[in-house]
Amino acid sequence: MPLDRRQFLGSAAALTATLAAPMVARAQTAPHVVVVGGGAGGATAARYVATGSNGAINVTLVEPSRAYYTCFFSNLYLGGFLNMDSLGHSYGTLASNFGINVVHDWAIGVDRDAKTVTLAGGATLSYDRLVLSPGIDFVEGSVPGWSTAAQNAMPHAYKAGSQTELLRAQVMNMREGGVFAMVAPPNPYRCPPGPYERVSMVAHMLKQNNPTAKILIVDPKESFSKQGLFEDGWQRHYTGMIERIGPDFGATNVSVDPDAMTINIDGNVEQVDVCNVIPAQRAGKIAEMAGITDGNWAPVSAYDLASKMDENIHVLGDAAAQGDMPKSGFSANSQAKVCANAIVAALAGGRAFPPRFANTCWSLIDTNDGIKVGATYEATDEGIKSTSSFVSQVGEDAATRETTYRESLGWYDAITEDMFGTA
Amino acid sequence: MRQIGQFGLAVAFLTALSSPALSEGDASRGEAAYRPCAACHMIGEGAINRVGPHLEGLMGRPVGGLSDYRYSDTLVNAGANGVTWTEDNLDRFLEDPQGYYRGTRMVFRGISDAQTRADLVAYIVQEAGSYDSAAAPSTGEVPPEIAAVLAIEGDFAYGEYLSSECTACHANQSGGDIPGIAGLAPSTFIHALMSYKIGEREHQVMTMLVNRLGDEEIAALAAYFATVE
Repeated sequence: MPLDRRQFLGSAAALTATLAAPMVARAQTAPHVVVVGGGAGGATAARYVATGSNGAINVTLVEPSRAYYTCFFSNLYLGGFLNMDSLGHSYGTLASNFGINVVHDWAIGVDRDAKTVTLAGGATLSYDRLVLSPGIDFVEGSVPGWSTAAQNAMPHAYKAGSQTELLRAQVMNMREGGVFAMVAPPNPYRCPPGPYERVSMVAHMLKQNNPTAKILIVDPKESFSKQGLFEDGWQRHYTGMIERIGPDFGATNVSVDPDAMTINIDGNVEQVDVCNVIPAQRAGKIAEMAGITDGNWAPVSAYDLASKMDENIHVLGDAAAQGDMPKSGFSANSQAKVCANAIVAALAGGRAFPPRFANTCWSLIDTNDGIKVGATYEATDEGIKSTSSFVSQVGEDAATRETTYRESLGWYDAITEDMFGTA
Repeated sequence: MRQIGQFGLAVAFLTALSSPALSEGDASRGEAAYRPCAACHMIGEGAINRVGPHLEGLMGRPVGGLSDYRYSDTLVNAGANGVTWTEDNLDRFLEDPQGYYRGTRMVFRGISDAQTRADLVAYIVQEAGSYDSAAAPSTGEVPPEIAAVLAIEGDFAYGEYLSSECTACHANQSGGDIPGIAGLAPSTFIHALMSYKIGEREHQVMTMLVNRLGDEEIAALAAYFATVE
């Protein structure tokens, strides 16, 4: 039996203890939205439901981390352009200025009939609408020999924080002339240009500290995001340092041995010094626990990001199968605003506006050499469809590339302010 | 902020004493250097404020001195301290806008080449002319496509919804890298967006996003952003 609302509010308040902000007095009949996951999708959705409803909807945000490190821009930390602190954000302003009940806990179950979410700490939250924005988890066994247990020997660094710091330390301490290898993921995965920006940032660091080192990319994909732009940049900045093995040369048949630090590429065993394994990906575990996944991802309506399997659950960002949008923080933030508008309209009688989506992904190749790709999207019965797009061009002048990089810094400041309500 | 203004003054004074004479500027060469500026600043007779303040009568005008333009605090404070635009401080400002007036909302990297700067300043002096405090406020003609959007009463709630697309990149607290757009006068805001639509300004992201905004949507956004502090 779910707890009644009075008991629930009591337990949630107990869980958050006495977070600095006073709890906002809430009407007992107010609708309740629970958001699971405090990243670009979830934090944005929580904030926009709270502001869009003028407090008429109670919002609880469930996120285990007290300090959230953005995965976007974590490659710039690897390259030495940013420190880890500048990627960290807290949820204090969402609680104090937006009245959001922030609960630092893991969601471990969803009862769709009772419309409740169970937390690892023992509490049960009832919801009128549930927003799941859990990001990614890895597909077990997608790179034979690798498992989460081996992530210290071969870091994925695809969720920002200690893994990112570990990978940077390994690159910094790599022997002179050593080999940095990356096992790149198959589509679809979080941040399509991410692995290749990462290679650029590692190359930038090695060029300064270990210029005879080599980088080996083992990539199961025929092609990748902004490929021409990255390859042109690698040629200009890191001549002879980076080699990519694609599916033609066996990159779809790869296993690793974390103890021996070897990669087996279709029978050829390579000894490497640092190995960044980015496995195949799937929706964060809670989506599967809620029973709303089909294969690795959670299919949703393009109009309001509602699950195709449960209209009271919305899925945002990387976890969602929505159509054409790339799995990016920008996309998740864009989807969250459409979703929040639909939820406020449904639960609090707000005006419903037509869905509209956009994405831009910036990448850094070397100092002041920034590139970008972006598109606008619309909702259709067949999913979210791209309507127009742009991409940086090979051969742009240095001033354009520097402006693009500086623009990405401006975007980071803005989107994190948009997510967390504070600069 | 007052301290920053005074610091700016002190820097201007010291550098004026120690710096070599300005290079001789060529206004005809400066016209080419002005092209990027023209995206935001109208110059010459009939100029009106756009994204940036108009430059008509700039020389000798108090810094941050147009009453109908919303400047950053740093420029307002400089003007309040009696600073007016001269060839010398304009040259230094254009060399490193953020370094000279920290906190300026002008998003421009600066021009490091002294000769290019001298040419640009010569062009601005020639085209802008001198400040006349008695002159009537500028009454430039508004292009018809912009007048059409200005005539629409913006739907505030729709503008608030649409604004979330802008705030993914435009921080409320203006950074130095993407301009702040909160609090812009509707005429300035509408002119800024329409200039992408009619091809006066070019930016991959902005051109793409503005091209799918209709007149009603631009008017709605302008109505909303005018109220954001």
